[in-house]
Amino acid sequence: MKAGGGFRIVRAVLLGLFALYFFLPLISMANFSVQGKGPLKGTITFHYYAELVRNEDLRSAIISSLLLAVLTVVLMVVLLVPTMIWVRLRTPGLSRLVEFLCLLPLTVPPLVIVVGISNVYTWVNYLLGDSPQVLAFAYVVLVLPYSYRSIDSALSAIDVATLAEAARSLGANWLTVITRIVLPNIVSGVLGAAFITIALVLGEYVFASLLHYDTMPVALAAIYKSETSTAIAGGFASIVVISLLLLGLSFFNRNQAPDVGGQKE
Amino acid sequence: MIIGAFQDGDTGAFTMGNIEALTSSAAIDTLRKSILLSATTALLGGVLGAVLAYLIVSLGPRSIVRRTTLSIAGVLAQFGGVTLAFAWISLLGFSGLLTEVLRSGPGIDIYGAGWLYGLKGLIVVYTYFQVPLMVIVFTPALEGLRPQLKEAAVNLGATNLQYWRMVGIPLLTPAFLGSVLLLFANAFAAYATAAVLVSQGNPIVPLLIRSALTSEVLLGQQNLGFALALEMIVVVAIVMALYALLLRRTSKWLR
Repeated sequence: MKAGGGFRIVRAVLLGLFALYFFLPLISMANFSVQGKGPLKGTITFHYYAELVRNEDLRSAIISSLLLAVLTVVLMVVLLVPTMIWVRLRTPGLSRLVEFLCLLPLTVPPLVIVVGISNVYTWVNYLLGDSPQVLAFAYVVLVLPYSYRSIDSALSAIDVATLAEAARSLGANWLTVITRIVLPNIVSGVLGAAFITIALVLGEYVFASLLHYDTMPVALAAIYKSETSTAIAGGFASIVVISLLLLGLSFFNRNQAPDVGGQKE
Repeated sequence: MIIGAFQDGDTGAFTMGNIEALTSSAAIDTLRKSILLSATTALLGGVLGAVLAYLIVSLGPRSIVRRTTLSIAGVLAQFGGVTLAFAWISLLGFSGLLTEVLRSGPGIDIYGAGWLYGLKGLIVVYTYFQVPLMVIVFTPALEGLRPQLKEAAVNLGATNLQYWRMVGIPLLTPAFLGSVLLLFANAFAAYATAAVLVSQGNPIVPLLIRSALTSEVLLGQQNLGFALALEMIVVVAIVMALYALLLRRTSKWLR
């Protein structure tokens, strides 16, 4: 599409307006979190960020959110990577089914899933105790669609069958094939899957709040009426972390597909 | 869950009571508001997102602005939930940035009676994540619009306006409608933002489910929650079926 001079100016103005709309809430959030309130009024302070760690409840909620993220990533990789490699090598007929199952959570609203599994979780609590970490089982399902996409595109980029046959004929067993031959080749896809998993788990609110677990978003939502600045500081900190993770993700995806800029034949 | 929707909360006997409760005027009103919210934000997000997508695509495939914007859109589309509510409260809440600036400057009271915490506020806030989602799902359709079509039209003597009116827009309409349906389902299913923003009343279905699930006043409400969740599935299923139909039409002409 050719761009005339008038169009260029209109485009720049419109893009500027969009940028304003999208960044104003973020800027005001950053501004709000460093503005002193009450006795600190009129000063710029990082008091509320320190409060995130000082407040006992918040600290434990942040730690359990981080643990939960790590646990979900481990569970996701252990479940998904061997399954997808196995399906690709031995039962290609099942790949449609696996894809359908992995994309299913995308079409059912999370709220509905919570309603459905709330009874399951009374049993989970009874059997495994009620630490927030048990949420990892639910979160694995939630992140399936995204991590499936990421790992699948990495797997299609390499010739899994030839690699596996070569390794097998040299005497490797299946565990070696998966961990030492295929995994190093799809590491960018697995990292991408891990990034989006962490980003989703750190921001997840629906499951945690309705099943009554104290993760970071739940704790922040609980204190925002009484300690607004601290809650907003926590929110802004988590946005920064999550955005960095997701931008890192798009960086990884770009490395996989250098023509992502849209060069069409 | 589906079985639970037809069961009585106290006895476990099968009943249509929960489904009948969905037709009560309060439940219907909530469903109406929920659909109104989803439809409004889907249309707003759809139109604004389509404009933004066109602007981005017109920058050309090698543009850095385009790549950055698409990456940012990917991040912002995921940016729902608790923190999004916080961001808007810090902008338009009682002591928000814009509220204070407008109050002390031109003396405009943008806070009003706290509209941010009601249905109107939800519309503004939801649009924030609908626009980037639209950009993500609509950009491939715009990119698939083959330049040959435009060249052919121009060769036949069409003006720019004629090309868009008679070729471009008709081709993109199914993709646009499909994307809007996706946005509708997205807004309909969203919960976290509303849960933080709205603390009084239950203007939309997801919040009604919350109060049914966490109600401490009335036991046996859980099965009403099941019925409401079933209602949500039905609505989303209808929307997704329409989406699949449209997608089949779209893929014929683009690529």
